[in-house]
Amino acid sequence: MSVTAVKQPNWFSRLAHPGQFLNWSRYFVWPLAILTAIGFAVGLWFAFFASPEDYQMGDMVRVLYIHVPNAWLSMLVYGVMAAAALGSLVWRHPLADVANKAAAPLGAVFTAITLFTGALWGRPTWGTFWEWDGRMTSELVLLLIYLGIIALWRSFDDQGKAGRIVAIVTLVGAINIPIIHYSVEWWNTLHQGATVFTATGPKLPGSMLIALFTMLFAFTLFFALLQIVRMRTEILRRRAESMSRQAALRGVSA
Amino acid sequence: MSAFSALIGRELKLAFRAGGEALVLVLFFIMVGVIVPFAIGPDRPMLSRLSPGIVWIAAFLSTLLGLDRLFRADDEDGSLTLLRHSALPLEAIVFGKLIAHWLVTAVPLLLATPILALLLSMSVEQWWRTALALLIGTPALTAFGAIGAAVTVGLRRGGLVAPVLILPLSIPVMIFGVGMLDPMTGGGATLFLLALSLVVTAFSPFAAALALRTAGE
Repeated sequence: MSVTAVKQPNWFSRLAHPGQFLNWSRYFVWPLAILTAIGFAVGLWFAFFASPEDYQMGDMVRVLYIHVPNAWLSMLVYGVMAAAALGSLVWRHPLADVANKAAAPLGAVFTAITLFTGALWGRPTWGTFWEWDGRMTSELVLLLIYLGIIALWRSFDDQGKAGRIVAIVTLVGAINIPIIHYSVEWWNTLHQGATVFTATGPKLPGSMLIALFTMLFAFTLFFALLQIVRMRTEILRRRAESMSRQAALRGVSA
Repeated sequence: MSAFSALIGRELKLAFRAGGEALVLVLFFIMVGVIVPFAIGPDRPMLSRLSPGIVWIAAFLSTLLGLDRLFRADDEDGSLTLLRHSALPLEAIVFGKLIAHWLVTAVPLLLATPILALLLSMSVEQWWRTALALLIGTPALTAFGAIGAAVTVGLRRGGLVAPVLILPLSIPVMIFGVGMLDPMTGGGATLFLLALSLVVTAFSPFAAALALRTAGE
């Protein structure tokens, strides 16, 4: 008989163990919340007072500082969900399932805010709340995909099985989103092209860039904060569920 | 290969002998075309202008309606478990079921398009272009649908969730399918639609088989 060496888990799987996650993530919640609050305070000050009006749109241009960060997050959150989906399918990691489940409603809300602020912005500048333009339409389709994924999560009784099934749909969607985006662009286009990241450098004045990037930073921190809190809640909820199930079992057998 | 063709044969036999569901789908397809003039008025030039879009919407809805019969019955009576243990890989089985499903649900729709063309006063050119677009595009619809059906196979409420999941994903099929009728962009759209159909048909058996395995665990 030989003694089989127990494989030492690496740092990542130690951190990603649900119980360990609950332990270390608790120290991130308040610092993240404070950083987010500071980020929003600074960003909003720049957005409202320290950046110029647009010569055509006037104060309306300030919608930019909400609209662009939310649009960025609407795509970042899907990226996070796709990465989590890989984690569920390849490593069958329960924390990856939890991450996907926690992120889906956040992504849906960020996408909805993008569409809403876009509509508010479009009315005075383009003269319409809604236009079937390429980027707007693909953002709307993204919202529909988020809602479909949430519906799929909710229609499973067994959340353990749901994780891997939803992961498959998330990855199929991730492959599809570029196809949808380019097909819709091909179909119809009105939205303005890239303004910040162009080959010739940004086409915005510096003060607007500071405001925009501060808001981008603040919103991304905000997402990280909400994601961690939602993941903690989901883990605790699952734990509570399994505890109540065990209690019921003991009650029956006793 | 013989097991593969036997599987397709089984699917076709089941479809033709058990109640003629395919005909019901065709009936639904035509009915969607029939109710549209009641909704928008019997103006023939306008109907003719809208007709390719109407036919595509009808085809979309019929495809979604037929999704449930792809894996549901086999899952309920246990033949899906049996198929999972056969010598053929599950991916090949899904591909075979996909081919059979396309033959049973999409080809009758193609054959029914002349009736809709007549009712919606399409020109002959509009009709054959739409039929060609459907011929190229329906494999993609069926393949997307197979993913939706496989993902929801174990769910009691799956019948409603699958269309909601699949519809946004199949928007490019609709865009290029209707785009094929535009004389300016028709050529590009045809190539895009062909590419999309081929890619999705090649990819879908793997995703669907993965979902079926997960659901069966």
